[in-house]
Amino acid sequence: MIKKNLGIRKSDIINRRMFIIGAAKLIIFGGLIARLFSLQINENKKYLTLSDKNRIREWKLPPTRGNIVDYFGNTVAGNLKVYQLHVIPEQVENFAYLISRLQTILQLSNKRVEKIKKKKSQLKPWETLIVSENLSWSEFLKINNYLYELVGVKPVMTISRDYPFDDIYTHVLGYVSQPNEEDILANEVIQEKFVPGIKIGKLGLEKTLENDLIGVNDIQRYEVNAYGKRINQLEYQKGKQGSKIRITLDTEVQKLSAKLLEGKAGSISVMDIYTGEVIAMYSSPSYNPNSFLFGISQDEWQLIRNNPLKPLINKTLSGLYSPGSTIKPIVALSALENNIIDPKFKVRCKGKMELHGQTFHCWKEKGHGFMSLRNAMKQSCDTYFYEIARLLGVDRLKKTADKFGLGKKVLGEYFENEKSGQFPDTKWKINNLGRGWVLGETLITGIGQGYTQTTPIQLCLMTAQIANGGYKITPKILTDDNQLTSEQVKRVMLNNNNEKPFEKLFKEQKNIKIVQDSMFGSTNELRGTSYKSRIDDPKYQFAGKTGTAQVKRISKRERELDLKTSQIPYEERDHALYVAFGPYKNPRYSLSIIVEHGGSGSSAAAPMATKLFKLIIDRHELRKQVSDFKEFNI
Amino acid sequence: MFQHTRINSDLNFFQKLKNLDYVLLVCIILLSITSTLVMYSTDGGEFLYHTKSHATKLLVFFIMMLMISFFNIKFWHHLSYFFYFITTLLLIYVSIFGIKISGSQRWIDLYYIVLQPSELMKIAVILCLAKYYHRVSVEKINSFISIFLALTLILIPFILVLAQPDLGTSILIVSSGLIILWLGGVKIKYFFVSFITFLISLPFIISFLQPYQKLRILTFLNPDRDPLGAGYQIIQSKIAIGSGGFFGKGFLQGTQSYLDFLPEKHTDFIFTLFSEEFGFIGSILLLFLYTIIIIRIVSIGAFVKSIFAKLFCFGFAFAIFVYITVNLSMVLGLLPIVGSPLPIMSYGGSSMLATMIGFGIVMSAKIHSNQTII
Repeated sequence: MIKKNLGIRKSDIINRRMFIIGAAKLIIFGGLIARLFSLQINENKKYLTLSDKNRIREWKLPPTRGNIVDYFGNTVAGNLKVYQLHVIPEQVENFAYLISRLQTILQLSNKRVEKIKKKKSQLKPWETLIVSENLSWSEFLKINNYLYELVGVKPVMTISRDYPFDDIYTHVLGYVSQPNEEDILANEVIQEKFVPGIKIGKLGLEKTLENDLIGVNDIQRYEVNAYGKRINQLEYQKGKQGSKIRITLDTEVQKLSAKLLEGKAGSISVMDIYTGEVIAMYSSPSYNPNSFLFGISQDEWQLIRNNPLKPLINKTLSGLYSPGSTIKPIVALSALENNIIDPKFKVRCKGKMELHGQTFHCWKEKGHGFMSLRNAMKQSCDTYFYEIARLLGVDRLKKTADKFGLGKKVLGEYFENEKSGQFPDTKWKINNLGRGWVLGETLITGIGQGYTQTTPIQLCLMTAQIANGGYKITPKILTDDNQLTSEQVKRVMLNNNNEKPFEKLFKEQKNIKIVQDSMFGSTNELRGTSYKSRIDDPKYQFAGKTGTAQVKRISKRERELDLKTSQIPYEERDHALYVAFGPYKNPRYSLSIIVEHGGSGSSAAAPMATKLFKLIIDRHELRKQVSDFKEFNI
Repeated sequence: MFQHTRINSDLNFFQKLKNLDYVLLVCIILLSITSTLVMYSTDGGEFLYHTKSHATKLLVFFIMMLMISFFNIKFWHHLSYFFYFITTLLLIYVSIFGIKISGSQRWIDLYYIVLQPSELMKIAVILCLAKYYHRVSVEKINSFISIFLALTLILIPFILVLAQPDLGTSILIVSSGLIILWLGGVKIKYFFVSFITFLISLPFIISFLQPYQKLRILTFLNPDRDPLGAGYQIIQSKIAIGSGGFFGKGFLQGTQSYLDFLPEKHTDFIFTLFSEEFGFIGSILLLFLYTIIIIRIVSIGAFVKSIFAKLFCFGFAFAIFVYITVNLSMVLGLLPIVGSPLPIMSYGGSSMLATMIGFGIVMSAKIHSNQTII
């Protein structure tokens, strides 16, 4: 009985204590449910996103670059289908065997095989290994024939940059190639779009317009497991091709330029004198940008690099030359504008000029006799220009030269490698050379020698601004839908001299006319330096100025020998220059030609202008049609 | 609620069958089916190794549970100390000859099953102490010698398991044991004093922990400390549960587990997978099922006559509650990760065996509810 009572007491304690625990249990389970609620209901979105981030991974594919077209819509940088050979190591049973089979089928070099093996070791087994980037059609067929025994091999078609005109546009467009680390670090857009196999612009417009051209990657979305292995494809998001860029150049003129300069080192630039549109810009020799697409071979690269004519230099923009006599229109204009001379002012040329005991020679040893401005320009009399330069002084000359764009970059925002050149004055010399200006230097500056350094595109711009009546223009290489047409600009310039849009570069426009007229004489009148290259048909008739830039000082002995160009070693021969505009009656285009070590401007450079103007003016109507239609959609 | 059987000692088979607790039985069967389905999902929706093995074990242990329940509770009372003794021997055996997996020595290979004696100890310690407090008279409960003996019974397995090392299980063993002390009537004052002492000495205890255990605690406090390393499990588990939402992603649709982001999805993290696929609703239902089981066991405990059966039922119900709480808190990121399976749901024979033995004894107590034990 006692025992039983004790038992009851005990069980009372137990039951009571169980009750306390039961309450605790309820609270704790309540807590767990609250936690579940907070995770699954309140924060569901957050965790759903995290879960998707876990399982969904994106693979970017190289974007398709935008096309570049010329003024008439011809593709000058496009995209081409290429055949590639991909291998997915995971699917290959025996990699060593496969690679040796491929080696025999495609005749891969041992070096190439080593490279592929190295590349494979850096990849995850399910990542694509590119064995060949550019299979020829016959190789592609061969692979397809053997495909049944090549498990894991995927012949694929993909897209690659293509330059249909080979080397014609290299210095304008540049080329694309695989980016290196610096390229990626330098450009955030490339960083964002980078995928193995992407090609980016390395030079020229391809580089400067990279962000427009690059396009948007295609994106493949895959579900992946915890180890990163793709389980299945969820989505394929089509990217976007890069923007189309239309340049102002005319392929036909560009081609002709290339032909004219074939085998020579030099440059041709052509510009619309009203809009500033660059019609042609060719630097010779050039090289084939297609060679860089899949990595250039060492031999080919050495060949380009070691070519004595320096194909890698864009001579139009980065070649620095003494302008020689092509500066004379500016010297004449400056003298006229500063009222130093009038058109009737005469100088007697005796073949040389003495100053402070130093002799300054005219190119014509016998002398030209009494020279007026027009005659001096026509025959390019050096003595005349020595004299007016002396009277003018270099500082006033520089002001005029500056106005017309010498010593300043022309297309600098598009071409990193453009040089600005220089036009010296007294201050410049003190600052840069630490010595005072000597009057003799003014004289040689007056004939475009000495410290003056110009690029061919600057000379072209200078000529254009003389040709359009002395108005400042902004050179362009890209078309702009909102810009005025050449015709409209011309109307504004001719009718409303006081209207703002175009800055006047002159004090009196008659001075510009005088210079234009003397350039006309230089080309179209007997004894003019480029008389032989004239075109009499007023439709094509042009006016120009030759130039012959010495690359070294002519010694007394050489002067006596009076050697022909072919008798002088190549490196010592003069650069031949020519600037011109046409048609004379109704100017439209200006050009500048330079042939490195070509001899005299009249014999080596001016004849090219004849052919160029024929073509340019013939194509004027076509060009007008294209520019007249604003909606012309290329 | 229940009716005591009139004849205590000599029930025939059919009477026993009639006296089985069918609510509990149905709950266990439901839980078994759920766990098999979830196991099927961890196998990626195929009837593979884990599913087969889990289902087989469930079947075998379920039958074993029924067999246990047909033995008189008196018999289990007799066997209690012996069971505790055998399990302790097994623990000692393990510490010498056991299989070592990833740094801990916890298992004995019995050919058809890899036995983890520490799991059995969770039940054994309840049985042993239930018998102990059944026999201790009320006056002596709070005597020094009595408490000392009871604590020794808890500490022996605790130290053996802790040395394996297996912090999780050892804590569960201690908590199962302490609850019997509590129910048995040890003064509440003692619990408070020791709890406060424990809190004060906690920093010292932590300094004795294994480096990986310290790391787990640090990781628990801030899972983002090392998201790909130690914090990975907690983060991925929370992502899986959280992304399940209200209705879940659907059966076999749990991306986190299907794509292998979930670690140990068969065992400790089984609830994560369940919750990802069946959402908040499913989790609540599962918790509800567990609650019914616990309440049912507690009710049986309140109903039975013998102190031993009562203590065992209450102790076992509490133990199940602790397992669930620890496991869920762990996968929900509320507690550091300590290895602790979810009863019946988790893959693992030993844990299931222990749980089924527990259910069997509870069932036996129910059948023989009127049995008094002297």
